[in-house]
Amino acid sequence: MPTLIELKDGVAKAAEDPFTHVADDQDMASGDVIVSLGRFQAEGEGLLSEGRRVGVRLKAEEEVEALAYDLPQLSVVALEFPKYRDGRAYTNARLLRERFHFKGEVRAVGDVLREQAAFMVRVGFDAFEPADDASSNEWQAAAHRYRHVYQRSADGRAPAFAEREG
Amino acid sequence: MYQYDTIDKAMLADRSAEFRGQVARRLAGELTEDQFKPLRLMNGLYLQLHAYMLRVAIPYGSLNPTQLRKLAWIGRTYDKGYGHFTTRTNLQFHWIKLADTPDILDHLASVDMHAIQTSGNCIRNTTTDPYAGATAEEVDDPRVWAEAIRQWSTFHPEFSFLPRKFKIAITAAPKDRTAARVHDIGLVLKRARDGALGFEVIVGGGMGRTPYVGPTIREFLPVNRLLSYLEAILRVYNRHGRRDNIYKARIKILVAALGKDEFARQVEAEWAKIGEGADLPDTELARIRGAFAQTNFETLPAQSEAFEAAKAAKPAFARFVRNNVKPHKRPGYGIVEISLKGIGDTPGDATSEQMEVVADLAEQYGLGDIRVTHEQNLVLPHVKLDDVPAVWAALAEAGIATPNINLVSDIIACPGLDYCALANARAIPIAQHIAEKFRDQDRAEKIGELKIKISGCINACGHHHVGHIGILGVDKKGEEFYQLTLGGSGAEDASVGSMLGPALPYDKVADAVDTLVDVYLRERHDGERFLDTFRRTGVTPFKEAVYADAH
Repeated sequence: MPTLIELKDGVAKAAEDPFTHVADDQDMASGDVIVSLGRFQAEGEGLLSEGRRVGVRLKAEEEVEALAYDLPQLSVVALEFPKYRDGRAYTNARLLRERFHFKGEVRAVGDVLREQAAFMVRVGFDAFEPADDASSNEWQAAAHRYRHVYQRSADGRAPAFAEREG
Repeated sequence: MYQYDTIDKAMLADRSAEFRGQVARRLAGELTEDQFKPLRLMNGLYLQLHAYMLRVAIPYGSLNPTQLRKLAWIGRTYDKGYGHFTTRTNLQFHWIKLADTPDILDHLASVDMHAIQTSGNCIRNTTTDPYAGATAEEVDDPRVWAEAIRQWSTFHPEFSFLPRKFKIAITAAPKDRTAARVHDIGLVLKRARDGALGFEVIVGGGMGRTPYVGPTIREFLPVNRLLSYLEAILRVYNRHGRRDNIYKARIKILVAALGKDEFARQVEAEWAKIGEGADLPDTELARIRGAFAQTNFETLPAQSEAFEAAKAAKPAFARFVRNNVKPHKRPGYGIVEISLKGIGDTPGDATSEQMEVVADLAEQYGLGDIRVTHEQNLVLPHVKLDDVPAVWAALAEAGIATPNINLVSDIIACPGLDYCALANARAIPIAQHIAEKFRDQDRAEKIGELKIKISGCINACGHHHVGHIGILGVDKKGEEFYQLTLGGSGAEDASVGSMLGPALPYDKVADAVDTLVDVYLRERHDGERFLDTFRRTGVTPFKEAVYADAH
């Protein structure tokens, strides 16, 4: 069972994960579940009608645009990093926040390492399943190592050019 | 020049502290080399054949004397007393100890320097015209936009794990000294008829295994929309660039696969969704622009008596002026190029003492401004003609007054098998053999502009595809062979060279170049460069001459 780290109000904390990841070849679990895009498209309506919370897990090559109409019903979008150096999920996360104004949880799953924490937080991830056993303290330190940022992103931090204007 | 403020400095301090922690974890055995590799690569630290190599970023090739002195000091303290300037206008130290790297990064940060994004699949150092701010050819100062891109691309949260590395070049002059058309993105600053500034946007050029001259996807992008447009290009690439094959992962492959029109359509569609909110505010552009405004030129007569007298008195100085001094936009000033291609030396190498001489000259005579060129030379962009004789004398004393800019011995070469773990063959001694062959400076000047570029493997770090004569090292059953290409160009008339014939053994390359040059001298019409003659005659006369012995 991977540890879940949640980022709330800028603070990373270890948390119990109320969701169960259900793979396509597994029987449906009870309670809150995270399923693949394909399974959500087939079974999502039914799951939601049972009153449970539902999340969708997108592979790196799947684009968030495929979820555009379903986002208001989703509690979690989990974005996969098949390898730490596969950066497609950063675009998905940023678009979820900036273009689709998704308010639910955006969770990083797969090859999730603390060295990526600052980038992930900046594009709007707020939950993490670290693959390197990083503690919430280590995650917190890694995510907030830089006192300034140069670009606008989904975290709303003031970039250097805005800070300079005072 | 742009001055780092407290924010820019804090970024470097934070980076340095982070890397110090990572190195400590590695040295304590908490990280394996496998785990450490991606971390060191984000700081420009490579493990090469014999030692660690640290690649220091020189944003848009611009240095002040304090920075160059610090590089000299690092070379002397932590390396073997020299450094190697690269085609990305960076500086590499080839003999670095891992345990020293955190201290080196701190020393770099003390002069506003770093190794950020000099490796990894991210946006690398943006290069620009080494004559920026000095040449009358440019429509505006391209460094303004290079600095804007530097900030925008530094630790970009969305674009730090691209399919492959990503290189941007900006030129603002019709004569392209940046090789813009063989970059992932090439930006050519232009003025519209109404005076408005905009960029021609070229995407998907590149070298390596599959060389392309990049197509133009937009003829005119208003300058203040640059960052949003770059965001659109990078987003399309981040999502759709190939990640299954490292050799097919550059943006050129995506652009070629989609076709330039479809790629442009996707970029424009994404750009429309992004909107103006992603562009830099005009106030920030004005701040950056102000930093590059040069106000301390003197008003001088166009002619300098001291300069003319020295030319008349000293043929060696006159030769230096003919080849290494270029026209400046201000009367009474010149642009002085410093060749790092001394005959028999390693192209792009400078000793710590030479760096200090250049730093001193820049301070005393050059408004404190030093540039690195992608052809691995240095430039003092603002020297009064009155002072050029003194600059030349000091350079000659330091062994860096070789009068060969753009001539046959001004060769680009990668480090090759002497240093690099990827290389198939040596590049440096080939360059040295060729330079020796053309040691006679009268002959070299008679030959005129001839760009020779040498790579030790197909990754093409030595830009062989765009050499007027390109030389590629290949491995044939454990022996070094060299494939020659002719007719390439990285300039405004960009093209990829075509193959001459079967690869040649190591000891035949310099002779073959000599033969090619003889053919050119025989065939050329008035005013033709080697490249022009080749384009007119085609490969046949060159091929016949080089392979005549084989028959």
